[in-house]
Amino acid sequence: MTARFEVLQTGPLTTVQDLGRPGQAALGIGRSGACDRTSYQLANRLVGNHPGAAALEVTFGGLSVVADSDLVYAITGAPCSGVPLNAPALLRKGEVLQLGTPRTGLRTYVAFRGGVDVDPVLGSRSTDLLSGLGPAPVTVGDVIALGKDHGPMPGVDLAPVADPPGGEVTVRVLPGPRRDWFTDAGWTSLTGQSYTVSSNSNRVGVRLEGSPLERARDGELPSEGMDLGALQIPPSGLPVLFLADHPVTGGYPVIGYVAAPDLDACAQLRPGQSLRFRSR
Amino acid sequence: MRILPSGSSALLVELGNLDEVLGYYAALRADPPAGVVDIVPAGRTVMVVVDLSVTSLAALERALLNTVPREDRRAGGDLVEIPVVYDGEDLGDVAELLGCSVEEVVRRHTAEQWTVAFCGFAPGFGYLTGESDWDIPRRSSPRTKVPAGSVALAGEFSGIYPRESPGGWQLLGHTDVAVFDLNRDPAALLSPGRRVRFVDASAPGQESDRGDASDPGGASDRRSR
Repeated sequence: MTARFEVLQTGPLTTVQDLGRPGQAALGIGRSGACDRTSYQLANRLVGNHPGAAALEVTFGGLSVVADSDLVYAITGAPCSGVPLNAPALLRKGEVLQLGTPRTGLRTYVAFRGGVDVDPVLGSRSTDLLSGLGPAPVTVGDVIALGKDHGPMPGVDLAPVADPPGGEVTVRVLPGPRRDWFTDAGWTSLTGQSYTVSSNSNRVGVRLEGSPLERARDGELPSEGMDLGALQIPPSGLPVLFLADHPVTGGYPVIGYVAAPDLDACAQLRPGQSLRFRSR
Repeated sequence: MRILPSGSSALLVELGNLDEVLGYYAALRADPPAGVVDIVPAGRTVMVVVDLSVTSLAALERALLNTVPREDRRAGGDLVEIPVVYDGEDLGDVAELLGCSVEEVVRRHTAEQWTVAFCGFAPGFGYLTGESDWDIPRRSSPRTKVPAGSVALAGEFSGIYPRESPGGWQLLGHTDVAVFDLNRDPAALLSPGRRVRFVDASAPGQESDRGDASDPGGASDRRSR
């Protein structure tokens, strides 16, 4: 019999995510996928899943599910209260798994052994909130089936992982393709100030509040390809840091990119948290 | 040609114009550098994203510098014909902008050899570029809802809305062809390099509503093709 669980509560937003849809950007199809890939991949490893198995991405806790049969699961990323973290665990038939509010961070990953088995769309089970591709966000009453395909359980009881940082976070920034659209004062302002993460942030991007950046030139940029971690500067002068569901192309200049190793930390930023960019 | 930084795992190639983009993209597609994940053409640029476990940005840069743009960029792709009912709300405005009749707008749009330059805005939305110099301003106030299948013009491009969405392009008509269909493989009908010809599928009754055709023989020729 297929293992499954029923969703009792979703919290602010719960979606199904995997590694997304790479290789289709030329068709206007973004990659999407888990925002904090390291946490997502760890969750899969802890339950013996294949690397691309679909898991749940829970935004600011609040997910509650009841098992229809015995399930093995692991929870990583933003550490929610009331649940085992970074370790494989068993949920017995009829038991409820209830994620509280995370101590730090924003996105928590729940991987189930066998993977979440929803229909893939264009090679991925990820929900892309910008393009509308993939399954709809998880809603109360959803009964979600699990796959049967997995490897052996790993020989670990607990993965030693630091919590996502609370307080001010500093990430490395590299000059982007349109660095020269901004004055040196603009670059200094980007790397010198402490931004505040806006509540308008989502899987498309982290919107930042702070002092606007000074442009060196006016005019419009023909739309161009943009990748994960781009710091796009719209006319407001306030950066938008692109996350997993970012548009494939954009028409505002990209002053810089967050270095790849720091992208997962950006996916864990909460509204109100402080963010700094350092250029070395 | 300039190669610009674009994050930890991509480079952005800036070219002189859209034709160069088409030629450069065609060359990259024909002989992609090692480790390529995505090649994203746009108006003046081609972004190339690589898998750093396979290659490095330095190796990518060498490959990009050695890529010779193809000359036959507009002839390479296969041709798709799109039947269009020319009943768009902005036909009259476009005719005024071009200083010609509505029939002449339809004639030019169907006579044009369109090529998909790049995609964006929404999955399956292709920016089609022609051989002649189209330059149509966007509507001053965008519509909040443009129906799926709308065939439109803006700037140097023509396009087909894959689904209902907001939009500021000038609407010429509509097609029943689904440019993006998840139940089809490939889902996206229009990929960069593909050539497109629009065919006038307006019903005779609708056509006569537009007044006397300045070139009725041409219109019937198109229908019989």
